[in-house]
Amino acid sequence: MLDLDLAIERPGFRVEARVVLPLAGVTAIIGRSGSGKSTLLLGLAGLLEPSRGHLRLNGATLYDAAAGIDLPPERRALGVVFQEGRLFPHLSVRHNLLYGARRAAARRGATSAGPRFDDVVELLGVAPLLARRPHTLSGGERQRVAIGRALLAQPQALLMDEPLASLDPARRHELLGYLAELPRHFGLPIVYVTHQMDEVLRLAEQVVVMSEGRTVASGGALELLSDLSLQPLVGRFEAGSVLAGVVLEQLAQWSLSVVTVAGQRVTVPQIAAPVGAHVRLRIRARDVALQPAVLASSASNQLSGTVLRVLEREGAYAAVELALRAEAAPGERLWALVTRRSVQGLGIAPGQRWIGSFKAVAVEGRATARHEA
Amino acid sequence: MITELERQAVGVSLRVAATAVAFGLPLSLALAWPLARMRFPGKTLLEALVSLPLVLPPVVIGYALLVSFGRQGPIGRFLHDVFGWQFVFTFRGAVLAATVMALPLMVRAMRQALEAVDTGYEAAARTLGASRLGVFCSITLPLMAPGLLSGAVLGFAASLGEFGATITFVSNVPGETQTLPLAIYSALQQPEGDAAAARLVALSVLAALAALALAQWCHHRLQRWLGQAGA
Repeated sequence: MLDLDLAIERPGFRVEARVVLPLAGVTAIIGRSGSGKSTLLLGLAGLLEPSRGHLRLNGATLYDAAAGIDLPPERRALGVVFQEGRLFPHLSVRHNLLYGARRAAARRGATSAGPRFDDVVELLGVAPLLARRPHTLSGGERQRVAIGRALLAQPQALLMDEPLASLDPARRHELLGYLAELPRHFGLPIVYVTHQMDEVLRLAEQVVVMSEGRTVASGGALELLSDLSLQPLVGRFEAGSVLAGVVLEQLAQWSLSVVTVAGQRVTVPQIAAPVGAHVRLRIRARDVALQPAVLASSASNQLSGTVLRVLEREGAYAAVELALRAEAAPGERLWALVTRRSVQGLGIAPGQRWIGSFKAVAVEGRATARHEA
Repeated sequence: MITELERQAVGVSLRVAATAVAFGLPLSLALAWPLARMRFPGKTLLEALVSLPLVLPPVVIGYALLVSFGRQGPIGRFLHDVFGWQFVFTFRGAVLAATVMALPLMVRAMRQALEAVDTGYEAAARTLGASRLGVFCSITLPLMAPGLLSGAVLGFAASLGEFGATITFVSNVPGETQTLPLAIYSALQQPEGDAAAARLVALSVLAALAALALAQWCHHRLQRWLGQAGA
């Protein structure tokens, strides 16, 4: 359980964060650049001193202004992976990896049950790099070593500050695969700062949204990412819904995948995941059209659902939320952005059945490491 | 060829310079740390005090040392009564004069070296479980090694060349306080001293070149070790 209520002052800037979350799997802190995500992360790590509030992790108080408690970073047992890796330039990869491990072993005795050196080296594929110096590594290799170094310090949680931001797309994709393995492999909660939608889709079970230095929302990733009322705050993520599904079939000759969502078939550009894998699909609301019945169309996806609500949006627009089945869980609801004139002309109202249609190419699909209900 | 007196001058010079660097390095690091890393009232005053030997005539520093560390001086009397240390006319005094004169240069080098260390590495080390002292020893010191070296070289060179403060404070005692510059000065005072002075000058140049070459070699090795230029 993460229970934080912190104010952190920076020159010309103030962060006010208040979150209570069960800490499990990956918790993404998202928001525009300058929204205070990284500042909050540094506050968690103990590298920035808050001006008031408290921070509790799994019952242990790391910071409490009123009680005068402020554990220094070295006693918080929070592994941090920085954007630039920050591998120590004067140490080999092996000694970078062992830097925290040795200190953790000295502090807790040799019996601690955290990740073992050989396991971490194997999982992250850094065995061939052990004798090398950081300046000879590529960006992706550097980040893998940085993750391994943080893991081996036996942390109770990992904090990551846009760990992929400095990498090219190919390396990002590769490293995302490693990251997705971590929570399951080591049972470690991860707090992950990012503004990249694909990283959130791929990794996050929970999301904390920050805007202008404040935490404005937190909760399950599927609910929150499909919560249209938050979208103006998140900015760069264009408004839409996130659907949870399972890969049903791979159409290799077409480079397409078929996914079942709420018992209905969705065709999407190929997702690199085996049949049966859990995936998330993101569809922008403005790419979804509403029609009364299934029609012959180049829009290969036509999902039937019940109108849950109609929200008036700014200007010409209205947003319509469809439940893809009765008692729809998070990840089974689809937003369509249409004009207010269409809502009136077609008489769209809650309780009616409509078909939401969208092209396969409008879908961004990502495999997820976790099993969703 | 080279007389016993000249050999002594070389020995005293090297020993004074090496000892001054040995004491000056930790001292200048202790002074450079607050200047580079902290904000406090009186910082400008501390900066000015540290730079004084650079801007005052060396003779003035020598005089100030004589007044405070001499037998009648407040510090000198205390140190003599408690530890039996004497500064005037002794090797110890020559080292003190050289250290004080070299300090501004060494503090400046240390400060630049400290400011060049990316504090991000230190923060990362803290999150990996290292205490402040642990971070200093395992991260900060190794990363500022090139700066430590250049500080040592500067201090060594300044100590080799020190004249005014030394001769004022501890006089010109062969085998005890007579360094190369003082020996050259003595030689020039004598009617037939030109040849001796020339030999001493040559020895000074040799000592300086050897020190520089050693420093260059160390610097190159350090840069390679830190993965910087040329690797």
